[in-house]
Amino acid sequence: MTRLLYFAWVKEKTGIASEDIELPGGIATVAELIAWLKTRGPEFENAFAQEETIRAAVDQTHTKADAPIAGAKEIAFFPPVTGG
Amino acid sequence: MIRVQSGDFDIAKEIEALRKGPTGDSRTDMGAIVTFTGTVRDTHGMTEGAVTAMTLEHYPGMTEKELARIETEAHARWPLAATLIVHRVGRLEPGDNIVLVITASAHREAAFEAARFLMDYLKTSAPFWKRESGPEGKRWVDAKKTDTEAAARWRHE
Repeated sequence: MTRLLYFAWVKEKTGIASEDIELPGGIATVAELIAWLKTRGPEFENAFAQEETIRAAVDQTHTKADAPIAGAKEIAFFPPVTGG
Repeated sequence: MIRVQSGDFDIAKEIEALRKGPTGDSRTDMGAIVTFTGTVRDTHGMTEGAVTAMTLEHYPGMTEKELARIETEAHARWPLAATLIVHRVGRLEPGDNIVLVITASAHREAAFEAARFLMDYLKTSAPFWKRESGPEGKRWVDAKKTDTEAAARWRHE
């Protein structure tokens, strides 16, 4: 099981803050995971429409789209950060 | 030291706590203490009064991890006696405190530079998101290119 987390407007668009799911086989990278998420319905397609804007973190570490996700416990998707 | 909290902070008390060593005595190795405080503006772009409230969301767990990581990096770059980062989350109003950075060193240069470094890195890597509310409704604040550039500068030095 992998925990997926969504924050800020990504969360608003998907309609959920987190979910625990069994990822289908063959998904090796963050970009491939996004491609699969987009097939899960109009909310997800809309949430990830601006794919180049969305940032990802694997196990709470900032990660690039081509980074591998094998063995990840927690993968988060969010807009560029705006704290401070 | 890092802290994420919904409540306000008292700058004077935070400085006092930082200046106390493990024994409770006032430390004598600090010659310079710099503080930076970020507060909520009521402006959006050029429009005054456009923001009546701001809500800060964050990623519990990763936020603390990122803040600790940038604090460790600051200590590796400068000879710092002590540092503190406090960031608030939840609903805030114009004029409220958002973030506090304190850096203490033997000399002012390290304290000034480290404070700036911590803020530049915090703004581009700590997972916080601001949502403004105002007469025109709610909107997520967009990340600024100038913030990314400010953080990138430190990588070339």
